[in-house]
Amino acid sequence: MTETAVIGLLVATVQFATLIYLAALGELIVERSGVLNLGVEGMMAMGAVSGFIMALATDSPWIGFAFAALVGMAVAGIHAVVSVVMGAGQVVSGLAVTIGGLGLAAFIGQDAVRERADAVFTDMSIAPLADIAWIGPILFDQPPVVYLAVVLGGAVWFVLNRTRLGLALRAVGESASTTDSVGHSVTLLRSGAVLVGGAFAGAAGSFLSLYMAAGWTEGLIAGRGWIAVALVIFGAWRPGRLAAGSLLFGFTLALQPRVQTFDLEILGLQVNTISPALLGILPFLLTVVVLIAISFRARHRPNPAPAALTIPYRREER
Amino acid sequence: MACDGASLSVRAGTIHALLGENGAGKTSLVNVLGGVYLPDAGEIRVHGAQRQFHSPADAIAAGIGMVHQEFRLVPTLTVAENIALGSAPRYLNMARINERVSRLASAYSLDADPTRPVWQLSVGERQRVEILKALWRDADVLVLDEPTAVLTPTEADDLALALRAMADRGRSVVYISHKLDEVLSVCDEATVLRGGVTVAQQLSLTGVERSDLAQMMVGEAAAETPRPPEQDSGEVVLALESVSALSDRGLPALRSVDLDVRSGEIVGVAGVSGNGQRELAEVVAGLRPLTSGTVRLLGDDVAGSSPKARSRSGLGYVPEDRLGVGLAPRMSVVDNSVMRSYPAMRRGVMLDLRRCEDFCKQLVDRFGVRVGRMHDHASALSGGNLQRLLLGRELSGEPRILVAAQPTRGLDVAGISAIQEQIVAQRNAGVGVLLVSEDLDELLALSDRLVVMYEGRIAARLDPRTATRAEVGAKMAGSGA
Repeated sequence: MTETAVIGLLVATVQFATLIYLAALGELIVERSGVLNLGVEGMMAMGAVSGFIMALATDSPWIGFAFAALVGMAVAGIHAVVSVVMGAGQVVSGLAVTIGGLGLAAFIGQDAVRERADAVFTDMSIAPLADIAWIGPILFDQPPVVYLAVVLGGAVWFVLNRTRLGLALRAVGESASTTDSVGHSVTLLRSGAVLVGGAFAGAAGSFLSLYMAAGWTEGLIAGRGWIAVALVIFGAWRPGRLAAGSLLFGFTLALQPRVQTFDLEILGLQVNTISPALLGILPFLLTVVVLIAISFRARHRPNPAPAALTIPYRREER
Repeated sequence: MACDGASLSVRAGTIHALLGENGAGKTSLVNVLGGVYLPDAGEIRVHGAQRQFHSPADAIAAGIGMVHQEFRLVPTLTVAENIALGSAPRYLNMARINERVSRLASAYSLDADPTRPVWQLSVGERQRVEILKALWRDADVLVLDEPTAVLTPTEADDLALALRAMADRGRSVVYISHKLDEVLSVCDEATVLRGGVTVAQQLSLTGVERSDLAQMMVGEAAAETPRPPEQDSGEVVLALESVSALSDRGLPALRSVDLDVRSGEIVGVAGVSGNGQRELAEVVAGLRPLTSGTVRLLGDDVAGSSPKARSRSGLGYVPEDRLGVGLAPRMSVVDNSVMRSYPAMRRGVMLDLRRCEDFCKQLVDRFGVRVGRMHDHASALSGGNLQRLLLGRELSGEPRILVAAQPTRGLDVAGISAIQEQIVAQRNAGVGVLLVSEDLDELLALSDRLVVMYEGRIAARLDPRTATRAEVGAKMAGSGA
């Protein structure tokens, strides 16, 4: 295995990690407010196609990226109205967003398929750091969205833990009636969270079409939205652990297409005989392991999942 | 209609009792005050100015702080975060907030560590956090809904001191309760509600007798529970032989308990909460496995037989947790009433709804359950009516053995005597009753035999005709075993 191959694997790891981290960070905000949005896959698809088309039209990947966030937000708005404002089942509503979003994205993107965009993100090397051996190309010669994801991770942590808004958001995800009783609007907090989560998912989707794949095809998202949903659980609903988890999941995603080219033996196992399909299961397998670990630990301390997750709130019901 | 022309006026610097039976409209009146319900008519004035509350936020802004029976706290947040929630600065400096919470807590001697997560706190500590929450927002009027229902006697005394400290600083406290002794010792003035109407307003409590208040609440003199007439008991209907069982936490809860109940007698079980009484009732009902020993119903060993089989062979069970184990809160009164006898209301594979309704109507009439509509959720009923419904359902199967765990806890005067009457009537009709209660007066008045549980064992067997409260209390505390 060559040095270039290893660096290539790790560069891709960081990019896949960024992709699912952005989407998962949005879903984390949503779930901390007590709403489950299973529409991530659909919102990412809508973001990917609309961001791509907008970048084609404007020649600017940034305008495409921002537009993707707006479209993600608009799609999430459906979930906000149905599940938060009207209090319908979150699981059904979220699944509808995924199915509808994937279908609509395929329809909108018919003409954009295989069109190569000139306006895609390019790598942005951070001058002195990018020259460091190994670390430089992996961490400091990446597209700007990678750096943005790091900044957003810190910002989400700060808002959640150091602001009044974050306190209210954490509280509404644990007990909506408590939050209502102290005068915060449950509907406003939760709808806001769902919309922001949609923006993150839409933006994440466009990172695929505006950089990683640099184009749009139907099926582009390929289950990464679901990995993001699993990642929120894996990261125990915390931005920091989410980052660590995204690198691990990102690694399995990056390894998947490359594994059969690696002529390497680890513990008597020939790496290139591992099936990429089996690697694809790994994030979900790890998530199940974490869920089991959580339930064992939950005997001694509260479950890290927001207590009000998936429970709609109506004031009259005491 | 829960309230019909009720009034409440509270003066600054006083502790004001809001008295009334369950269903008298106390909670509804207070929910109007807290902005939870909108009143159909009437007005609210705070410091003389008329206010309209459209939401809890409006009430808070007007300086009204509520401490509900179920605490409104977020378990995973810390004490300080819970207190600051809703009125925190835009950016949180937790060190500063913690310090301010500490200062506020010590000013009112409401001991609380601001950095501990609420899930680690005891019930009494959680209540202090609720009160601090209201004080944090500078509430002029603090409303407490049955604050001592969940407290130990020491905690209740501490609470009374803290409330007095608030009143001394010019704040007002509305103290909702139906424990008359407590109201007389804690409060300055009282408002009495009956059937949604105010029957006494701004009544000064100096020199008022307990019986006066009770009379206002129920509308007639509340009689002391008379002992049921003596009668000979029959054959043994329930027998426990060296029964042992584990608690929910896997620790020994019952240790080799021997006990029998004969037909036509009430065997009372006394004990401080958590000494195995709950597990005892569950073992008989078939809800908790034995680790050793045998349970016999009407002479048959029922080891391994399901709760349903036991119920069919003549066991009625009124569990301690009315609205979780006893009744299904989100099902209608009708559905709840037929849960035991629905097999008799079949028409083919379907349920005959008309017959279910008739059955429910009979039960409601016979046991005096006050319901709005029969198809309302059971959770809409007040505590006393829930218990009437539950007891009625269990008795509708004409049991030969009745296990009743805390059947009168939390009920008002009328509710307690209705439930007690039913239990005594069953005993007189030859049913064997196992009565678990924390109310010593009730046990001494109703039981034919009395056992005291301590640390999972039967620490004493007493004759309730001759035993004194002090004697039973000493056994409950584990002394002189």
